[in-house]
Amino acid sequence: MEFTPSLLALQLVTGIALGAIYALLAIGLSLIFGMLTVVNFAHGAFFMVGAFVGVYFLGVTGNFWFSLVLTPLVVGAIGLVTERFLVRPLYGRGIDYPLLLTFGLGWVLIEAMRVLFGIEGVPSSTPAALRGSVDLGFGYFPKYRLFLIFATALVVLGLWLFLEKTRYGLIVRAGSRDGEICKVLGVDVARVWLMVFGIGTAIAGLSGVLAAPTRAVNPEMGIPVLAESFVVTVVGGMGSLPGAVVAGLLVGVVFAMTSLFAPAYAELSIFVLMAVVLLVRPQGFFGKAGLLG
Amino acid sequence: MTSNLANPRRRSLIVASSALAAGPALFNIARAQAGAIKIGFPVPLTGAFSAEAQDQVRAAELAVKEWNAAGGHKGQMCELLVRDDKLNPGEAATRTLELIEKDKVNFVVGSLSAATQLSINAVTRERKVLFNSISQSDAINEAKDWSLYTFHEALNPHLTAGAVGRYAFPKFGKRVVYLTADYAYGHEMVRGFQRAGAALGVQTLADIRHPLGTADYSAFLPRIQALKPDVLVLCNFGRDLVNSAKQATDFGIKQTTKIIAPVLLYTSRLAGGADAFEGILGGTSYYWGMEDKIPSAKRFNDAFRKAYNGSVPSDYGALGYAGIKSVLQAVKDADSVDSTRVSIALRQLKYDWYKGPQFYRKCDHQSVQSVVIVESKSKNMKDKYDVFNVLAIEEADERNLRTCEEMGHKTT
Amino acid sequence: MRAVYEAIRRHRVAAVLALLLVFPLLMPYHALAINILIFGLFAVGFNLLFGYTGLLSFGHAAFLGVGSYLTGIAMVHGGWSWWWALALGVASAALAGLVIGYLAIRTRGIYFSMVTLALAQIVYYVFYKAERWTGGENGLRGIQVPAVEVMGLRLDFLDPVTKYYVIFVFVAAALWFVSRLLASPFGAVIEAVRENEKRAAACGYDVARTKLLVFVVSAALCGLAGALRALHLSVVPIDSLHYLQSGQAVMMCLLGGMGTFFGPFVGAAVFLTLEDVVTTVTKHWMAVVGGVFMFFVLFFPAGIWGTFIKRMERAVRA
Repeated sequence: MEFTPSLLALQLVTGIALGAIYALLAIGLSLIFGMLTVVNFAHGAFFMVGAFVGVYFLGVTGNFWFSLVLTPLVVGAIGLVTERFLVRPLYGRGIDYPLLLTFGLGWVLIEAMRVLFGIEGVPSSTPAALRGSVDLGFGYFPKYRLFLIFATALVVLGLWLFLEKTRYGLIVRAGSRDGEICKVLGVDVARVWLMVFGIGTAIAGLSGVLAAPTRAVNPEMGIPVLAESFVVTVVGGMGSLPGAVVAGLLVGVVFAMTSLFAPAYAELSIFVLMAVVLLVRPQGFFGKAGLLG
Repeated sequence: MTSNLANPRRRSLIVASSALAAGPALFNIARAQAGAIKIGFPVPLTGAFSAEAQDQVRAAELAVKEWNAAGGHKGQMCELLVRDDKLNPGEAATRTLELIEKDKVNFVVGSLSAATQLSINAVTRERKVLFNSISQSDAINEAKDWSLYTFHEALNPHLTAGAVGRYAFPKFGKRVVYLTADYAYGHEMVRGFQRAGAALGVQTLADIRHPLGTADYSAFLPRIQALKPDVLVLCNFGRDLVNSAKQATDFGIKQTTKIIAPVLLYTSRLAGGADAFEGILGGTSYYWGMEDKIPSAKRFNDAFRKAYNGSVPSDYGALGYAGIKSVLQAVKDADSVDSTRVSIALRQLKYDWYKGPQFYRKCDHQSVQSVVIVESKSKNMKDKYDVFNVLAIEEADERNLRTCEEMGHKTT
Repeated sequence: MRAVYEAIRRHRVAAVLALLLVFPLLMPYHALAINILIFGLFAVGFNLLFGYTGLLSFGHAAFLGVGSYLTGIAMVHGGWSWWWALALGVASAALAGLVIGYLAIRTRGIYFSMVTLALAQIVYYVFYKAERWTGGENGLRGIQVPAVEVMGLRLDFLDPVTKYYVIFVFVAAALWFVSRLLASPFGAVIEAVRENEKRAAACGYDVARTKLLVFVVSAALCGLAGALRALHLSVVPIDSLHYLQSGQAVMMCLLGGMGTFFGPFVGAAVFLTLEDVVTTVTKHWMAVVGGVFMFFVLFFPAGIWGTFIKRMERAVRA
């Protein structure tokens, strides 16, 4: 029998590693939606920009860790500018408008990367320290992908600590619950939303720089990522961070397992999952019911 | 503001007439001179294959320039009308309609994907305009899509995969796994490999179909690792190949398995880098490094270097050159620009533009040509262009193609 | 001047059709003009659901694609005449609208948009995999309409001008239908649902049934556009069903003006012409089109035609 337990175990680990990237992507999208009720259609583009910027910084500094830190800052800065000048004028007009704006922004970002870095994309490789595979007992697994799981866990932990344990995080959470009251209480809600958008896009950029060594970095790489991010965010619940993590891992594992048994239908299976969740429980696993209902 | 522009009729008239006035000026790039022989050239100038397409344009323009410099056809010059089809079959059809209806082109050469060439062909054959396709497809030669006006300059998947299989399977082993992009091209490649392999006793351990455009192949690699095949065939193209090659390398597949691909694109190799492609061999229609063995390759390369600052033509670029040259030669031979007459002349053409002797098979207008087997290089590279070693050249042989009957053509 | 405007407003269908009759003369080439007719209809169909009922669907490409494919399959595999194939295409799209609509209207807001996206992607994969019927990634080829027999007259469909006017007849009929629908009491109910669903329900209207009905009509119109597209291009590309195609419908509606009768048509014309013109001038058409789109979202949310109508109304009522 071809499908031995060790193969299944290895496939599961693969699914979790895949899920880690999905989770990271979904967190950025969910954060912006949950706090600002903005559907960021440029999310895939920010991911792509992060990949390009990451490869660029790696080339310039020669140090992967530097690029890992610098890239989210740069992408987050672009996010701040976007929120301040493009998204902010649209608040209050209904949720369609920021969605549409970010849709157009995505196109502009893709073309901008083409102009800056060329149409072919740039070659990217795994940083030397993380190359090679590790023998997990039931098979060999790339070291870098294990690092990805670890990095995602760190980011999730950091974000959770920020939101739950810091004062600023408290303000962010309160602002998402009820912006009006916060304003009345003297909180600069506009500034909070600006920061949240920046953080959300920074995380998208971080996922990009983390994903860059594993795949081809080209201007179109963000397009399928956007659809996948939506699937995960919907399944987990738009606006819920634990939801994004759980759903990310779930979708990763579903994708990996389907790839083992019916590989041609792997991509279809996650859209079916999305449809089923939306029809049975639209708020996803952890989302608040009635959100924008 | 109120009186002049408030009247909607007048407003639309103003808009309309400015559009009309501006139209010709804006389309100056597009408009052709009267009296010239016009060849429409729809290729994906934007999108995933824009690098290849731009090379195709450069090479095609070189062919046109050479022909015009030699006097054209009785003084009639050729003009190339390049259009961007955005790698989108609907857009390709629209552009072809524009080229035929508005620009009144005599012939169409182009395309860089199976779907777009089939789309262009659907439009050209209905209007009896000659079309010479310069990218891979098995379907375009089949009776269902074919017409007297349909020509196929490029390789087809069956021939390419067969050639690579015939070279690699005897050398590297009989236990084979295919990682195949799940679309017509991928299926056609697998069929070509399996046909060649059947004669050699090759065993297919698995044919794993992945969705086209997959970026992350990690879900497929553990199974491949477990199967431990002698040969892993990456039956995909372009970016998919770059991603799968990279990730297969990361998963350590190369330690136990030889990786081959049906088509090793020059641009894919540059995008993926030496590491990812190390040890991978595959087929191609042309590699500039052939010039020490093939005199016409040297001639072509030198002309290209002279025209374009020392750079060399890529595989698909060379097809742009040949596609145009064949059609223009047929115009001379037929002494006419009528598509029917030129098609008849093209059918009889024997030529050697850049890679050795070629001709079009009568039943399906497939250009019978050689296939070059190359292997990626990572050491001893003389310059940035020196990325492949030529391992072998499989000579042009009609028998390596599928038979006319199999393709649905009735042979008399 | 006021009388002219009033006349146009009252007889909007006639005015639009008059413009479209001379449209080919304004366009650089006929294939583009025909594309504008087809996508104008697509956008008008989509707008019925988006602008008038307030439901943002990201899956309308499914109906465009179903219309195209069923028409094509009937002609290529079934040998049907184009007329019957067209009818099949429209009916199939309406049926798809019924199924997807029934599932989708159980959700609201952003979830509605997401579920239409997911369901449309499923349709995409089904058609992609059914290679024997649809050609898969290669698309469906071989749709040929050489001549149209009408009342003893033989019209050459390959001639671009003839093709334009034949397609025009269908688009004209569809536009007339939409205009009547919007002017009817049902049209008022649709807008009431958009403005305030709860209140509409409180007034006694069956909101779910209204939504579903609009969904089906919208799907049928988009299906007609798809069927006509199949006849126009002789091929059906697989990306007719992709969500990027759905995104285009949204862009066209916004550019032109959601919630106006003629706006989506204007949006389609502007979008396609812009794309066409910009492509010949620069490789970076994506940035230009994206930038223009963002500009409109920020400063002219009512769209070109919508803004124009607003200014006209203000000028006329002043």
